[in-house]
Amino acid sequence: MERRKWGYAKPGLIAGAALAGLLAIAAPALAGKKDDTIRFAYDQAPESVDPFFQNVRIGVIIGANVWDTLVYLDPKTNEYKGLLAKSWKQVDDKTLEFDLREGIKFHNGEDFDADSVVYTLNFVANPNNKVVTQANVNWIDKATKLGKYKVRITTKEIFPAALEYLAGPVVIHPAKYYAEVGPKGQNTKPVGSGPYRVSNYVPGKSITLEKNPNYFKHSPKGAAKINKVEIRFIPDRQTQMAEMLSGNGDLIMYVPKDQADQAAKVPSLQVVSGETMRIAFMQLNTLANTPTPALKDLRVRKAIAHAIDRESIVKNIVGAGSRVLHSQCFPSQFGCTDQGATRYAYDPALAKKLLAEAGFPNGFETEIFAYRERNQTEAIINNLQQVGIKAKLTFSQYAAMRDAIRAGKASLTHQTWGSFSVNDVSASIPVWFGGEADDVTKDKEVEELLKKGNNSVDPNVRKQAYQQALKRIADNAFSVPLWTLPVYYVASKDLNFEAYPDEMVRFWEMTWK
Amino acid sequence: MGGYILKRLGLALAVALAVSMIAFLLLRLSGDPAIAVAGEGARQADIELVRHTYGFDRPLPVQYVDWLGKTLRGDFGESIYFKQPAAPLILAKLEVTMLLGLSSILFALAISVPLGVLAAVYRNSWIDRLCLALAVLGQALPNFFFALLLIMLLSITLHWLPVSGSDTWQHFVMPTIALGYYAAPAFMRLIRAGMIEVLEADYIRTARAKGLPASTVIFKHALRNAAVPVVALAAVQLGFLLGGSVVIETIFALDGLGYLAYQSITFKDFPVMQNIVLLLSVIYVVLTLASDIANAWLDPRIRVS
Repeated sequence: MERRKWGYAKPGLIAGAALAGLLAIAAPALAGKKDDTIRFAYDQAPESVDPFFQNVRIGVIIGANVWDTLVYLDPKTNEYKGLLAKSWKQVDDKTLEFDLREGIKFHNGEDFDADSVVYTLNFVANPNNKVVTQANVNWIDKATKLGKYKVRITTKEIFPAALEYLAGPVVIHPAKYYAEVGPKGQNTKPVGSGPYRVSNYVPGKSITLEKNPNYFKHSPKGAAKINKVEIRFIPDRQTQMAEMLSGNGDLIMYVPKDQADQAAKVPSLQVVSGETMRIAFMQLNTLANTPTPALKDLRVRKAIAHAIDRESIVKNIVGAGSRVLHSQCFPSQFGCTDQGATRYAYDPALAKKLLAEAGFPNGFETEIFAYRERNQTEAIINNLQQVGIKAKLTFSQYAAMRDAIRAGKASLTHQTWGSFSVNDVSASIPVWFGGEADDVTKDKEVEELLKKGNNSVDPNVRKQAYQQALKRIADNAFSVPLWTLPVYYVASKDLNFEAYPDEMVRFWEMTWK
Repeated sequence: MGGYILKRLGLALAVALAVSMIAFLLLRLSGDPAIAVAGEGARQADIELVRHTYGFDRPLPVQYVDWLGKTLRGDFGESIYFKQPAAPLILAKLEVTMLLGLSSILFALAISVPLGVLAAVYRNSWIDRLCLALAVLGQALPNFFFALLLIMLLSITLHWLPVSGSDTWQHFVMPTIALGYYAAPAFMRLIRAGMIEVLEADYIRTARAKGLPASTVIFKHALRNAAVPVVALAAVQLGFLLGGSVVIETIFALDGLGYLAYQSITFKDFPVMQNIVLLLSVIYVVLTLASDIANAWLDPRIRVS
C-alpha cells in the first residue's frame, strides 16, 4: 500500500492537535438581574421609533414606555386615569376639554404644556403628514389651545372611542423638538416624557432604554424600577429561546405553545401565559358571487358552527389563557356581549342532519384560507371532515389572503383580529360587517345597527345597537366566533412580570425578585 | 486574451441584467406590495393611496424600466419600511456580511486544505473515508440545523460563546463555522483529487528521489500545483457565501446584508430587496468573471477554446 511507503506521522496525533485548540474555560453567562438590565428579544424591528410612523407591536411597546398619553387606561381596573391630563370633560358630542398637569418635562428638558398637545395632534391629524395607521388619528378634527395648561379637542364625527385612542396610540411629542426635527428626527433621537428614555438606538438591531430619573410623581403608570431595558431584534424564534436558555435573555414573547411547554421545565425560566384581545373567528362568504354557494343556506352555516369542537381545540391546541367565544368580539370591549345570541354547541350528528336537510347528505367540497396558527386551522378542517365537509387549505401571507377575500375568492377564512388593542367594539365588528371591503356578508340590517352604535355617544344606545347586531350575526350564523388567542411569555425566574390582554409589555412595572 | 475578457465581460453584463429582471418580476409577483405597506388595519382608500404614491399601479415593464434607469443614474430609491435612502442602508450592512463571507471562506480553506491533503496522502485508508464522511456531512447537513446544533453545544451547554448579535469577534465564531463548513466539502474534494493526480507525477518522484523531506515534497511541490483550481473556486464560493448568508445571519441575528434581506422580504420592502439582489448578483458576476479570467490566464487551453 502506498501510504506505508510515505511513512508520515500517526494520524491520531493530528486529530488530537485539532481538538486541543478548542479547549477553553467555560465562562458563566451574565444574568440581567446582576447589572439591573432587562434583556428583551423581539422578532421584528419597528420601521420607526416614532409611534405614529410604524404599525408593529414592538413599536407600540416602545411607544408606551418612552412616551406618555393624555389619559391612561388602567389595565387592572379598565378605568381611565389622568396621565398628562389632570382631568377632562365631554363638552358636547364632538368636543372634549382637557386640563393638563404642570411641571412635567420631556427627556430633553423641554416643558410639557398645551403647545405640546396642540402641535402633536394637529400634526398627526393632517393627512399630508402620512401617519402610518390613519385609523388612529383620522377622527381628530383639530386641537385648540385654551390656556397654557388647557386644550380642546374636536372630532370630525361623533367618535365615542376618542378616549380609548388618546389612552393608546396617540402619544404626545415635545412641540419645539418635533417642529424642529420631525418624525425622522424623533426616529433617530427619540424624545418623550415616559418612564423610560432612549439611550441608544441602532435601527434594525437594538434599542436601549434607561430609567427616566425625573419621571413625574403622580403618574398612574408609576416610575420605572429597573434601570435599563435592552431590546434586541432577533428574527429567529429558536435563537431567542437559545438566548433564554443560555442565560443571556430575560424576556421573550409570542413563544409557540410547544416551546413554552419545554421552557416550563427549565429551572432558570418561568412561563407566563395570558389571554390577548386577539380573537379568532371563521368568515363565511355568503355574497352573491361566493365560490361555495352552499354557504348561502342558513342550515349549512349552522352545520359548520355545530361541527367545530371549540372546547377541545381550546383545551388541547390553543392552550392556557384562551377561552371559547360565542360573539365575534373580545369580551372586555365596550358593547361586546353574547347575551341573547344563539350558541352553537359541538354536535356533529346535528351538523350532519342539517347538511342532509340542506341537500348535502354527503357533505361538499370547499376551500379554507388561513395565515397563522396553522395547527388550529388543521383541527378545524379535521372537524369539518368528520361531518362530510372537505375543506382544502390555502395557507398564505396575510396580504395574499386579504387579496383573496377582497376579490371574493375565499369561501371560508380562519381569520384573527386584534382590534389594535382598542377596548371598544367599534374597532372590531364594523370592520367585518360594516359593508367595507372585508365584509363578506353585507347584511343591510347589521350595517344599520352598527352605524347606530358607532354614531352615538350615549352608552345605552350604543350597547343596545351592538347587542342587536351581534345577536343577528349569531342567529344567522354569518360567522363562527372561535376563541381568544393566548400569548406565551418566557421570562427569567428572577423577573416579576405580569401579562395583560392588550399584549403591552409594561417595563416600568417590572421588578427583580 | 483581450478578446476573451471582452466576451466574458459582455456575458457578465447580460447575466446581471437578466438577474435584475427576473428578481424584479418575482418580487412583484409575490404579492401586492401596497397592502403589505399599508398594514393590517388599512382601509381600501389607504391602500389605493399607497399604490399610487409608490407607483405600484403602473404596468410592470414601465416600473422595471423606470427602476433600471434610476439605478443606472445612481438613484437607488428609498426604503419603504425604514424610510431612508436604500443605498447607505445596504452599504452599512455590507461590512458585516463581507467579514462573515471572508472569515467563512478562510475557515473553509483552513479545514479543507489539511483534510484534502490528508485524504490524498492516506488515500483509501480510514482517514480518507473519515474525510469523505466529513465532506458528505457538510454538504448534506442543512446549515440552519448545523447552526442550531452549534448553539446548543457552544452556547447553551458550554457557555463559551454568545448566541446571537454582531458586537464582538466571539459573535462571528459560530456563524463562520456554520457557513464555512458548508463550503468546505467542495474544496476538500478538489484538493484531494488534485493532490492524488500530482502525487503520481514524475517531478514528485524526482523530488522524493532527491531525498527531500516528505513535508517539503507535499506542501512545497505537490500542494502548490494542486491548489491552482482552488483559487478559482474560492472566488465563486465567496460570492455564493455572501448570498447564502441570509439564513445564517437571521439565525444569529448578525446585523448584515442577509438579515436586512430577510427583513425586507418580511415587510415587502421592494427597493431594498431589489438592490440587495442586484448588489449580490453583481458581486457574484464580478467574482465569477475574475475567476474565469484567472483560469484563462493560468491555463491557455481555456482562452483558446
